[in-house]
Amino acid sequence: MATNATATVVRTGAGARFVIYTLLGLFCIYYLLPLYVMVVNSLKPLSEIQSGGMMALPKEWTVAPWASAWSTAQIGVAATGLKPYFLNSILMVVPAVAISTVLGALNGYVLTKWRFRGDTIVFGLLLFGCFIPFQMVLIPMARMLGLMGLAGTVPGLVFVHLVYGIGFSTLYFRNYYQQFPTELVRAAQIDGAGFFTIFLRIMLPSSGPIAVVCIIWQFTNIWNDFLFGASFSDFDSQPMTVALNNLVQSSTGVKEYNVHFAGAIMAALPTLLVYIVAGRYFVRGLMAGSVKG
Amino acid sequence: MGFLDINNATKAYGAVKVLHETNISVEEGEFLVLVGPSGCGKSTLLNMIAGLEEITSGDIAIKGRSMNGVRPADRNIAMVFQSYALYPNMNVEQNMAFGLEMHGVPKAERDKAVARVADLLQIVPLLKRKPGQLSGGQRQRVAMGRALVRNPDVFLFDEPLSNLDAKLRVDMRTEIKKLHQKLGTTIVYVTHDQIEALTLSTRIAVMFGGHVQQLGTPKEIYDNPANIFVAGFMGSPSMNLFPARVAVENGAAVARVGLADHSTVSLPFAPGNAMAAHDGQEIILGIRPEAITDEDGADRKSQAIHRIEAMVDVTEPAGSDTFVVSHLGGTEVTGRFRADVDVRAGQTFPFAINMEKAVAFDPKTELRIG
Repeated sequence: MATNATATVVRTGAGARFVIYTLLGLFCIYYLLPLYVMVVNSLKPLSEIQSGGMMALPKEWTVAPWASAWSTAQIGVAATGLKPYFLNSILMVVPAVAISTVLGALNGYVLTKWRFRGDTIVFGLLLFGCFIPFQMVLIPMARMLGLMGLAGTVPGLVFVHLVYGIGFSTLYFRNYYQQFPTELVRAAQIDGAGFFTIFLRIMLPSSGPIAVVCIIWQFTNIWNDFLFGASFSDFDSQPMTVALNNLVQSSTGVKEYNVHFAGAIMAALPTLLVYIVAGRYFVRGLMAGSVKG
Repeated sequence: MGFLDINNATKAYGAVKVLHETNISVEEGEFLVLVGPSGCGKSTLLNMIAGLEEITSGDIAIKGRSMNGVRPADRNIAMVFQSYALYPNMNVEQNMAFGLEMHGVPKAERDKAVARVADLLQIVPLLKRKPGQLSGGQRQRVAMGRALVRNPDVFLFDEPLSNLDAKLRVDMRTEIKKLHQKLGTTIVYVTHDQIEALTLSTRIAVMFGGHVQQLGTPKEIYDNPANIFVAGFMGSPSMNLFPARVAVENGAAVARVGLADHSTVSLPFAPGNAMAAHDGQEIILGIRPEAITDEDGADRKSQAIHRIEAMVDVTEPAGSDTFVVSHLGGTEVTGRFRADVDVRAGQTFPFAINMEKAVAFDPKTELRIG
């Protein structure tokens, strides 16, 4: 037996392989089924759904439900479609993600490379902030937003998500920079670089993987948030998630399931896109530092 | 006053004093090595010179200007780190030019300085590469280049060779020494490797427990160690140290070493030695391995070769020499024999001890007495 040098660790025959791939294929279909239902039903007229053909392909293809969901559907009291709310979400997500990521990086940099008395307590409190249930801060936050004059506005929502996001982004960057050799910072100090020069020229350019992780995490959470959006926004500042709810919950007339499906896909599209574009960096970033090398 | 003056400098973290009052004056062009085991305070002292660690009390001055409170960037120093600390996102050229850029040197001048140093270190082909694409030895060169390009008053090296493999380490050691001879710069170099300390330095400060144990030229440190720590730390294999008692026999001082069978063997000190004044005192006798040889290998110029018979426990052929381990009293003794001497473990063999090179320490204070 020892002479059989070509032996692989696990030997799989053709039969076993067939079973494995069949099972994997079945799982794939199972997981993709909801997406299939959503896409298919968003592309057929309402009458086809009402006649019971949920799983069938459209007999008559149409993009009318998409057009309606985007620009004419009844959202709450106004027939504006999801467009303005989609814009609200973008206006909320982009600054909230950008600022919380940059501040998280700055916090991580200070907490690892410019340590001060009590820095572990500061970090501990930030971490604690990550794990406070959302519902607990609703009333104090409403009061604070009111005092700041940001109640019911998009900047108010940005502020809320920023406060919640900093804990996580700090955690990510602190752990990443912990692995970053301190000697680099010292070398830069001797070379004459100051606090921000070191951050901008040396730390940030080396932070790609963790920045991607942080951006995906923040983007997904903030885009998908419903509670803060529902609590702290007015009609003209509601994010996509709240608008989608209002679209589906509108009680006048018939339920336009095809329009609802189109709207739901629209609401999910940006996060899907972020995952597709940055997904491979996500795994790489999560693994970064786990293996010495 | 020297070029770099360390006056009563101390460092304490809270109540823990890691560096006690230290005074070292370095002349221009000197190569000072701080050597000692881990935690002896040598890196702390280097970081204090660099300005990366604040000084608790005392003063460090470069060119007569006190550096207390001066930022590292404004001290006109350059430092080579153990991990090389090359900026991973910049190529070699940018790495080397970064310090000049931060000091506001115009682009044309930066390019000229980088080209000059790259030429000197023979790293011109590497200029466009990132540190990740370089080997350990190449990174080491670039790290030195980054320091050289600034043309600083003082170079600080923090264990620069300890990440290299053994062969490359020896090559780079020679290279650093050549560079020092060529450029005549002032260097403070930290290492835990006593061979590096002896080969590179013009002066060595041996440190232990936050104190400078001895400051002197490599020869002074090696031949005349100030205390038992320095004697044991410097030299490889390390100095043989064994308890003995001073006695006067026929008007000459001898060291009596007790053997396992309660008899003693007398090792006469070299003529003219002042050990007779310590008659009856317990001492620690120190003899380097190269002063314990086979009879034909003994130093012909020495006036005090003493011959004893001893049992050989182990032989360790090292190519150029054979190290012979024996025992005297309860202590292991290593001798350095010529490679071709036919000596085997288990034999009783004549050893020639050169007592001119013997040193004695007080067992209580651990200080040198003769």
